[in-house]
Amino acid sequence: MPSKIADIRLVASHPEVYEPCDDSFALVDALLSDRANLLKHQPSLCLEIGCGSGYVITSLALMLEQETNNGIHYFATDINPDAVAVTSETLKAHGVHAEVMNMDIASGLEDRLAGLVDVVVVNPPYVPTPEDEVGQGGIVASWAGGEDGRSVIDRILPVADKLLSEKGWLYMLTLAANKPLELCGLMRRKGYASKIIVQRSTEEESLHVIKFWRDPDSEVQIKKAAANRGNPTSVFSRFSLLSFSGNGNASSK
Amino acid sequence: MRLLTHNMLSSTIKGVSNGFPLTIEAAKVVEKQVDMNSDFLKNIFSKIEWKPFVEAAKTLGFSELPEEDVQPSLLDSHEFLTKFHHALLEIHLEEGALVCPETGRKFPVNKGIPNMLLLEDEV
Ligand SMILES: C[S@@+](CC[C@H](N)C(=O)[O-])C[C@H]1O[C@@H](n2cnc3c(N)ncnc32)[C@H](O)[C@@H]1O
Repeated sequence: MPSKIADIRLVASHPEVYEPCDDSFALVDALLSDRANLLKHQPSLCLEIGCGSGYVITSLALMLEQETNNGIHYFATDINPDAVAVTSETLKAHGVHAEVMNMDIASGLEDRLAGLVDVVVVNPPYVPTPEDEVGQGGIVASWAGGEDGRSVIDRILPVADKLLSEKGWLYMLTLAANKPLELCGLMRRKGYASKIIVQRSTEEESLHVIKFWRDPDSEVQIKKAAANRGNPTSVFSRFSLLSFSGNGNASSK
Repeated sequence: MRLLTHNMLSSTIKGVSNGFPLTIEAAKVVEKQVDMNSDFLKNIFSKIEWKPFVEAAKTLGFSELPEEDVQPSLLDSHEFLTKFHHALLEIHLEEGALVCPETGRKFPVNKGIPNMLLLEDEV
C-alpha cells in the first residue's frame, strides 16, 4: 500500500501564506524515503518549525499513521498568524491532529520541551535577501533569509539542538546558496552526523534535504582533532568529504 | 490547545525569570475523543509538571486528577491512566488566554491556537 501524504487539493490557502512548492515537495519526499526508518525510530514527539500551509506536518502525520493510536504527537509553529490558521485547517481536512502555535521558531517551547523531541522538520525561509527583509512578516517571512539565506536557519539550528532528544533527528531543507556543507560543519561541532538524503535541481534552484542525528563519535573526533592539530578547519574539510559521499535521491539513513 | 501543550509552554518575555506555568483563562473548552496509548502516557508521565497540570485541568473543568502522592506506580492503574489521558489529550482550550505568571501579560488563544508572539520591546 503506498503511504499517504497530504492531498494538495485539501491544503488550505491564504494570500499571505506560502503555498506548497518544489521545496515543500522535496522535504516530504525526503521524509517518505526515510519513512521505514522513521517508523522503526518510534518517535513520540515531532515538531515542524515554520509550518506554512501545513502540507509537511500533515504529510508526516499521515505517513506515520499506521494505526490510529500509535502514540505519536505533533507540534507545529509558525511566526505568521495566517499560516497557523491555514495549517490548522489543512490538518482538519485530512483528519489528523497537531498542536499548532503562533511563535518565533520555538520560543515558548524551548525550556520545557528541551531534549524531548524525536523528530524536527524544517523548510526555512532560505532565499538570500537584504537583511532588512527578514522579520517583515506575512508572506515575505516565508522566503526572506538574509545574507546567504542563513539568518533564520542559523537561529533555528541551536534551537533544534536544544529540543532534540538523545535519539532525535532533524530534517532540514536548504538551498545551495545556504552553504549546506558549512551547516553540516556547524552541526558536526555540536555532535551531529549528517547526510544529504534528497538532492534536487529545478530550473531556479538547487535544493538539498539534510538529515542530522546525534553521533557520539563525531563529538569525540572533533575534540581529539582540535587538540591534536589546534585547527578546526582541517577537521571540517575532512568531514565534508565524508558527508557528501552519498548523492542523488533517497537512500536509507 | 491540549493540556500537554500547556504543560510545555512558557512565557519568554524579556526580564521574566520563571515564565512557567502560564495561568489559563478559559472562555471556551472543547473535548475531542482520542484513542488511548498507554505507552505514550507512561513515557510522558515523568516529563509532566504535575501541580500545574492538575491546576490547568481544574480551570478547564476537570477535577478528577489526584493532587498528592503521584507516584509512577499509579501508571499501573487503568483508572488513573484513563483520567491522565483525558486531561492531557482530550480537553482543549479553544478560546481564552494564557497569562504570564510574572508580568500578567496575556497571550490570546483563538480557535485553539495560542499566540505566543512577543512585541519588539518584550524580546
Ligand atoms: C519556505 S516556507 C515553508 C512552509 C511549509 N513548511 C512548506 O514546506 O510548504 C517557510 C515558513 O517559515 C515561516 N517562518 C519564517 N520565519 C519564521 C520564524 N522565525 N519562526 C517560525 N516560523 C517562521 C514562514 O512564515 C513560512 O511559513
